[in-house]
Amino acid sequence: MALLEIEKLNLSIGGTPILRDIDLQVDAGESVGLVGESGSGKSITSLSAMRLLPQSAKLAGSIRFNGCELTQLSEQRMCHLRGRDMAMVFQEPMTALNPVKTIGSQIAESLQFHLKMSRANTETRVLKLLDRVGLDPAKFSPDRYPHELSGGQRQRVVIAIAIALDPKLLIADEPTTALDVTTQEKILDLLKELAGENKSSLLLITHDLAVVAQMAERVAVMKDGEIVETASTLDFFRNMQHPYSKKLLAASMLKPKAEKTHFEDSKPLMRVDHLVRRYRLPRKSLFGPAQFLDAVNNVSFEIEQGESIGLVGESGCGKSTLARTLLALNKPSDGRVEFLEHDLFGLSKSELRSIRRNMQVVFQDPYGSFNPRHKIGRLISEPLQLLEHISSSQRHRLIAAALEDVGLTIDDADRYPHEFSGGQRQRIAIARAIITEPKLIIADEPVSALDVSIREQVLDLLNALAERHGLSYLFISHDLHVVRAVTDRVLVMYRGKIVEQGVTSQVFDNPQHEYTKQLLAATPDLAKTLEQLEAEA
Amino acid sequence: MSEIELPGARESWHDFLAKAVHNRSFTIGAIITGFVLLMALLSFVWTPFDVTEMDIPGKLKWPNSQHWLGTDHFGRDVFSMLMVGARNSIAVAIVAVSIGMAIGVPLGAAAAASKGIFSDVIMRANDFIFAFPSLLLAILFTAIFGPSAINAMIAIGIFNIPVFARLAHGGSLALWQREFIFSARTSGKGPVRITIEHILPNLMNIMIVQGTIQFSLGILIEAGLSYLGLGTQPPDPSWGKMLSEAQTMMGFAPYLAIFPGLAIVITVLGLNLLGDGLRDIFDPKLRRKR
Amino acid sequence: MLTTLFFLRRTGFAAITLLIASVVIFGITQVLPGDPAELILGINAQEDTLAALREQMGLNAPVWQQYMHWIGGIITGDFGKSYTYSVPVSELIGARLWISLPLAIMSLLLSTAIAIPVGVLAASRHNKATDVSIMGATQLGIAIPNFWFAMLLVMIFAIKLRWVPAGGFAGWENGIFNGFKSLLLPAIALALPQASILARIMRSALLDVLAEDYMRTARAKGLPRSMVLWRHGVRNAFIPVLTIMGLQFSFLIAGTIIIENIFYLPGLGRLIFQAITQRDLIVLQGLVLLLVGLVIFINLLVDIAYSIVDPRIKGAFHE
Repeated sequence: MALLEIEKLNLSIGGTPILRDIDLQVDAGESVGLVGESGSGKSITSLSAMRLLPQSAKLAGSIRFNGCELTQLSEQRMCHLRGRDMAMVFQEPMTALNPVKTIGSQIAESLQFHLKMSRANTETRVLKLLDRVGLDPAKFSPDRYPHELSGGQRQRVVIAIAIALDPKLLIADEPTTALDVTTQEKILDLLKELAGENKSSLLLITHDLAVVAQMAERVAVMKDGEIVETASTLDFFRNMQHPYSKKLLAASMLKPKAEKTHFEDSKPLMRVDHLVRRYRLPRKSLFGPAQFLDAVNNVSFEIEQGESIGLVGESGCGKSTLARTLLALNKPSDGRVEFLEHDLFGLSKSELRSIRRNMQVVFQDPYGSFNPRHKIGRLISEPLQLLEHISSSQRHRLIAAALEDVGLTIDDADRYPHEFSGGQRQRIAIARAIITEPKLIIADEPVSALDVSIREQVLDLLNALAERHGLSYLFISHDLHVVRAVTDRVLVMYRGKIVEQGVTSQVFDNPQHEYTKQLLAATPDLAKTLEQLEAEA
Repeated sequence: MSEIELPGARESWHDFLAKAVHNRSFTIGAIITGFVLLMALLSFVWTPFDVTEMDIPGKLKWPNSQHWLGTDHFGRDVFSMLMVGARNSIAVAIVAVSIGMAIGVPLGAAAAASKGIFSDVIMRANDFIFAFPSLLLAILFTAIFGPSAINAMIAIGIFNIPVFARLAHGGSLALWQREFIFSARTSGKGPVRITIEHILPNLMNIMIVQGTIQFSLGILIEAGLSYLGLGTQPPDPSWGKMLSEAQTMMGFAPYLAIFPGLAIVITVLGLNLLGDGLRDIFDPKLRRKR
Repeated sequence: MLTTLFFLRRTGFAAITLLIASVVIFGITQVLPGDPAELILGINAQEDTLAALREQMGLNAPVWQQYMHWIGGIITGDFGKSYTYSVPVSELIGARLWISLPLAIMSLLLSTAIAIPVGVLAASRHNKATDVSIMGATQLGIAIPNFWFAMLLVMIFAIKLRWVPAGGFAGWENGIFNGFKSLLLPAIALALPQASILARIMRSALLDVLAEDYMRTARAKGLPRSMVLWRHGVRNAFIPVLTIMGLQFSFLIAGTIIIENIFYLPGLGRLIFQAITQRDLIVLQGLVLLLVGLVIFINLLVDIAYSIVDPRIKGAFHE
């Protein structure tokens, strides 16, 4: 029997059509995955079901919940349903909780509002709920504030709020996208367990096919405000119909790179030797000892000429600090970095300038990496000032060559960054990085902000450029699949230390360190999950 | 002011105008400000009457067809005095804003670009000036160097410095964390060049908006100072001075107190609307806050 | 509640600021033209009597000694003796504090009491007629100079309607009600522009908060819009509002200088103005230091209030 039934739902915000003829059904006790890339309208669909849309939204069609037509319901009756019969878990645990209220009071709120529960009863229920979502009340007192918890712990609190009244329908909107993989696995397990236990339905919204394969019984694929395909999970993966679904699947299964293990030049390009980057923490008490944190703790490795080396680790492990130190933007507290056989931090200013042309950088955020006031030509030619005596015709030629290298044309040099899509902007960022013909490119999460279909194209481009120009990469990512697709060797970083390094396929197939094993086990693997599904069927 | 919203792209003049005509605050503000500026400029070449000319028999006339806004206790034409007063007020406010911007913005940007003691000293000095109430500072200053329009400009200008310095500092700090600044650094650019090429142009919008706000505040403070007799000196007419003279005559010549006040209100209102409008145009995300 | 470290750091910083302020104020008044001895004895005084008085007042000592003498006195509560009134400065200030302080507090309370509900109302009716008209009214309120507004109030309520006195202070000794009556118009005149600013800040802060993710979380729990607004919105919006309230106190103090002159109120503002025109340096020094100290103290209170409203600030310092 259908619990949630969306029929012919059309929605526009401020006159712009967002959703077209959405039909979606979630049966009682069923878990449905709603998949799509950013801007496909999947989040808006879920917010429509909760009637939490912005006021300028106009919707037509029907949304029935438990036989009741929600589009006709008064706001007052809707409040009665929300939180009690249907609840929601959001994407951003860091901002989903009110920072000035204790977690206990935020969980208690729906209990008190819907059930008019007494204070004492609420307190015991809150403790039970915290325990249920895996936060031991002895350690995580309800009197704590959100900022005292980590992202994963906060997401557990958000889940506790959602399940407080055993809702019939739980909507989870990208509940793990903002979390590290090891946390993601635990949160997904928790959601699955809770849904199964209460026999409640789960509508899971995600961009990740691997997550859907693990979690959902049925899949609906969204693109540009429409649902293009719906099928049971097994049918979907066995026999998908729509070309977009196929494209999505192809882009999600990245091919491992054919590794290079032999390098012609015997001298390494970069040698990092016992590098330490230490931060001073605020004193905890007036006369207490000074506290330090080694964000980069005694790190040593080498990068060969033409080698692509991956650096994986979870957020806050020190990856970006390491990258900035290698780029000579930060000074290390201890240790050495040799680049092209020069001590990077023993160079004079002008020597440093002349060596900089050999190492460039690509950042994560395709929207933050350009000065919005400059045209593309000016933006990508910025590093050219590291070269001496460049005539304007040479400059023009170099800009054209760099743009062509990344699949754009010289005409694009006259446009502003906001005229380009996220994927194109990342190409422009790469063009800027290669314009001085560097030997090393440090890429800090270069594809993490991109949709999967675009991610694949950018990774192909990076591989092709490495072939063509003999580039070396230090490729930083939290995503193991991505690292496997572009690197020859990999470093695993955990709390400021490199805990394991080796040839990428060997590390992936036969991890030695406990942390690497955890990381690999937690990473959703579409191929493996599909094998399991087939076996069960 | 911790977060700076960068505009999508550089506004071309054409885009700007296209957005501006559709912005109600901007249009009304621009019309009012334009009118006041026009009156002030016109006063250089023409006023209905000479503002220094006294006409004792024709004193304290209520508004009539000859003297549109009446005459004061010396028989001077109020409308003419308001026109010249506009000139004085605007001059003081413009110079005061320019002083604040010219010193405050480089200081704030330099504090953000450098670390350690230099930046600490600048920002602590700013906090320190903020501990002095603005008008008190201006009063002390004019008391020391003598009451005059020039000293009023400098006094209000000094008060403006930390306002712009703080804004520039906060804005620059946020910008320094942006990735495009990191790429500029890997291109070997030093802090001075980055500040000039990347930081300052991106701060321009918020500075223009703050500039109009400080402009209107300057008009208010100048009026207050000349009300106390510490601003523009007689026989130069000023709005504040006109109000203080009108105070003793409120019982029988209320129009003398009403018109200069209205002139201040209209000018300040126009400037504030202009500032709000500019903010909306520069940063559509903030529009809802208007 | 507060950790000692947080409190000590803030207090220490305030104390240092005040100390530097005292040096600056003393320095400024040294630059002021005019000879105190001549001021006391008059222009026609003999040169040797002047010299004797200068010696007696310690004006011949090096400047730093004069400063030490002055600051030393202030620490023990002795602000020196007024040149023109020949009474201790502390006495002058003490008497007038009882007018200025109630005036400042009344207008602060008034402006807050108006601004908060008005700001919340505007935000909750965002872009509707109520919001638009409130925004228009506050736009006007900001543009009106408080001293002109004061004059309008006097014209209407004192001259036309004769409800309240046009100026002067009835004195607390003639009944608290009469005292309040004399302060009512000045307080309203001071409060209106501040209330307009504060209401706008309250509204925009609340609109910011309304767009936060946690407001959606609260709505997803089933709480009605108004409950979400008050329970989750207002307290978070108070953080920027507090900052502005701290700054406004400084504006209020400056405002009293003009307003007290309009209403002929014998308060601190009027005393400052008189001290300047009469070159009564010792009064000026003491008064300015007191006012600056007050501003610094209020900012300290605001910082402490922050950490009560926002647990994250305390968290940064917790032990």
